[in-house]
Amino acid sequence: MTQALAFLYNPHRFMAFSAWAAPLLGTLALGLAAAGLWLGFTAPEDYQQGDTVRIMFIHVPAAWMGLFVYLCLGGASFLSLIFRQALADAAARGAAPLGAVFTGLALATGSLWGKPMWGTWWVWDARLTSVLVLFLFYLAYMALRAAIDDEAKGARAAAILALVGLVNVPVVHWSVEWWNTLHQGRTVFAAGGSRAANVFLVPLFLMSLSYMAGFGALWLVRIRGEVWRRRAAAAEARLAR
Amino acid sequence: MNPGLGLLRREIAIAWGRGGGLMVTGGFFAGATLLLPLASGPEPERLAQIAPGAAWTVLALSALLGLERLFERDYEDGALDLMAHAGLPLEFTCALKCLGHWLATGAPLAVLAPLAAIALGASPALAPLLFACALAGGLAFAFTGGIGAALSLGTRRGGLLTAVIVLPLFVPPVIFGGGALYAFDSGLPWRAGFSLLGAYAAAAVALGPLAMAAACRNALS
Repeated sequence: MTQALAFLYNPHRFMAFSAWAAPLLGTLALGLAAAGLWLGFTAPEDYQQGDTVRIMFIHVPAAWMGLFVYLCLGGASFLSLIFRQALADAAARGAAPLGAVFTGLALATGSLWGKPMWGTWWVWDARLTSVLVLFLFYLAYMALRAAIDDEAKGARAAAILALVGLVNVPVVHWSVEWWNTLHQGRTVFAAGGSRAANVFLVPLFLMSLSYMAGFGALWLVRIRGEVWRRRAAAAEARLAR
Repeated sequence: MNPGLGLLRREIAIAWGRGGGLMVTGGFFAGATLLLPLASGPEPERLAQIAPGAAWTVLALSALLGLERLFERDYEDGALDLMAHAGLPLEFTCALKCLGHWLATGAPLAVLAPLAAIALGASPALAPLLFACALAGGLAFAFTGGIGAALSLGTRRGGLLTAVIVLPLFVPPVIFGGGALYAFDSGLPWRAGFSLLGAYAAAAVALGPLAMAAACRNALS
């Protein structure tokens, strides 16, 4: 089991694995995005939302990814904190800015959708607010990490903060049920089957897969960059001696 | 004397003494409350609408004030090192520090919060609930705030960083407490919000010290 997973924790094997996995995932993401966007733009207008329904294909996967990336960040932080895995720390460090971009994209596109649909750029609904809180968690994580000079200490402090922030993730997820005010409730994963029509579901799922693959590719690239940076720092330290 | 009790007395004395405690946090609380009618206009109807929420917001902000002193001083002069090597578990020490912080600043503010809300025009009937919310909320603020204070130990811009870390953690208690106050004000069932606030405070008291102690150990290592 642990031998089979060596490509995830052994830096050399990881570099060999990610060298082909990252471009593969990136190509996959672009292909899926092309298909998803094509179907999304050729889908008929929604009878209520008109053309603005197309924003959903960008917005909904971004919101999902914002949450998913935080789970990845929390998982990687857990592994780096408990097992002191250097690669897990590099993964946590690499995931944070990506997650911040996804949540930022979800907030921005949600706001663009809200103006024509709700008549306002922003409402203080629990779900919007909790995505904003998630965004702030990403910012706090990055700020804490940047503020501590000692890299190992900063990594551990940030990992503790990421685990504390994991408490927030269920709040984000179930807030729709808790304070269901203006934001529409679940549609895609609603109890008793999806309530969305297939013409909208297919592009939505293609876009979600594309986001997922794109995140995987960018994440691997960022971890690779971090590994290179550490190797460079180690080489520099050896030369300085 | 029992070492835990001694530590608690020390923490309260530090938080309260030398012009700390109510003079500083109470002064900040009153000043921030004063700015609200000055900024949004003195019309009683409008003020009365936002009074409970305003008092609740100012309370959350006041809870940020003393956080910087909670660990930073002891970290700088080496007292935290001694505490880490003393007989008490560091988790327990952290919990006592937060408890002392809450007793010296959070609990007195719980008395001031209803006064401020009434001064802004809230109904006096709201006072007992606001007091109870402020007590429970203050406990949640102290124990989640302690996490931020411990995490930003040894950083530059410690105080500001603490606020950036802690304010997102303050969101759930502010939502629950504000929800309970709003529901009470409009005659709706308010117990759910208050219970959730209590649950959040209890979870913060139970789990916060673990994170704080881990952060302190990391800073001391």
